[in-house]
Amino acid sequence: MKKFAIVTLAVTLITIVGTSFAQEAARLGDLVIEQPWARASIGTNRPAAAYLTIRNEGTKDDILLAASTPMSGMAEVHTMSMKDGVMSMGPAGPVEIPAGGKVLLAPGGLHIMMMKLKKALIKGKSVEITLSFKRSGKITVTAPIYGPGATRPE
Amino acid sequence: MILHATYIRKTGLFMLAIIVGLAAAIGIGWWQVDGPGADRPVNKPNSVISPIKSMSFSLIDHEGASVGPELLLDRPSMVFFGYTFCPDVCPTTLADISGWLEDLGPDAKGLNVVFISVDPERDTPEAMADYVAAFHPRIRGWTGSPDDVAQAASAFRVTYKKVLLDDGGYSMDHTASVILFDATGQFRSTIDFHESREIAVPKIRRVLRDR
Repeated sequence: MKKFAIVTLAVTLITIVGTSFAQEAARLGDLVIEQPWARASIGTNRPAAAYLTIRNEGTKDDILLAASTPMSGMAEVHTMSMKDGVMSMGPAGPVEIPAGGKVLLAPGGLHIMMMKLKKALIKGKSVEITLSFKRSGKITVTAPIYGPGATRPE
Repeated sequence: MILHATYIRKTGLFMLAIIVGLAAAIGIGWWQVDGPGADRPVNKPNSVISPIKSMSFSLIDHEGASVGPELLLDRPSMVFFGYTFCPDVCPTTLADISGWLEDLGPDAKGLNVVFISVDPERDTPEAMADYVAAFHPRIRGWTGSPDDVAQAASAFRVTYKKVLLDDGGYSMDHTASVILFDATGQFRSTIDFHESREIAVPKIRRVLRDR
C-alpha cells in the first residue's frame, strides 16, 4: 500500500514536471517564454509579426527592452491602440514584465514587428527571435511559422 | 349577479391598466433607445454614412478592373479599410472576416466584401492581389491613386494618416470599423474591431435577410 502510494506520487510528479516542460519554450532566470510563433510574410517587402508569452516567476519586475532576429534588418516591439474608432500602430517602447505576472504578445495588440526582411517567412519553417531584458539579459527562442491568416499558435 | 358584473368590470379595468402600462413602457423604451430621445453617438465617425447611391469614386480592384460604388448596389455589402503593410492587425481583421464568411457558408455569396487600401503608395493592385489571396475568396481588394482613395475614404467617413516609423518606413492610422450596407446601399451598422464572431455574424445575417 505504501509502495503503491509512492509509485502514484512519483508518476504524478513526473507527469506534472513533464507537462510543464512541454509548455515551456525557454527559461531565462525567472522568466519563461512560452508559445512563440510567427505569421508567414507575403514576400519580403512587407514587415512580418511574431508573438509569444512572457511569464515572470520571480519577485522582481523586469523590462523587455528589444527584440531581434537574423531574418530581419530591424525588429521592434510594436503595439496597437484605438482612439475614437481610429486604429494606430507603432513602437511600444520598453515593456514591463511585472513580478509574478505575464505579458502576452498576441494578434491585435503587442507584437514583434520584423521590418526590412532579408528573407520571406515561409509557413512550416521557423524563425529565431532574441529578446533582451533589462534584468535577465538575452534569450533566443525558435518560433514556428504559421500561415499568413493564422490568428493563434496552431 | 351584481357582484359578478362588478367583478367583470374590475377585471376589465385591471386588464386595461396593464395594456396602458405596457404601451407606455414600450413607448418610453422606444423613445429612449431608438426614438428622438436616444443618445446619439458623438465621436463615432461612422454614425452618419451617406447611402452608396450618393457616393462618387473610382478605384481599381486587385484584378485590375475599374470599380466604383455602383458595384455595391446589387446586394448587401461589407466595406472596410486597411493596408497590406500592417503585419499584425490587418491580417487579424482579414482572418476574422474570413471566419465570419465561413460561418455564413453559401450565404456569403449574397454579400459584397470589399477591403479598400488607405495606403495607395504601396498597395498597388498587384500588392492587393498577393494579399487577398491569403484570405476568403469573397474578399475583394480595392486601391487607386492617392486622390481617388481619399475620395472613397471620405465617402465612407473614414479617416487615415501616415505615421513615420524608426526604420524609415511608415504605418497608417485609420478608422477600423467594418461598415455594413443593405442591397439598396443604405448604411445599416458597423462591426467594430474585436467584436466577437457571435455578435458579428448575426449582424451580417440581419442585413442579408432584409435585402
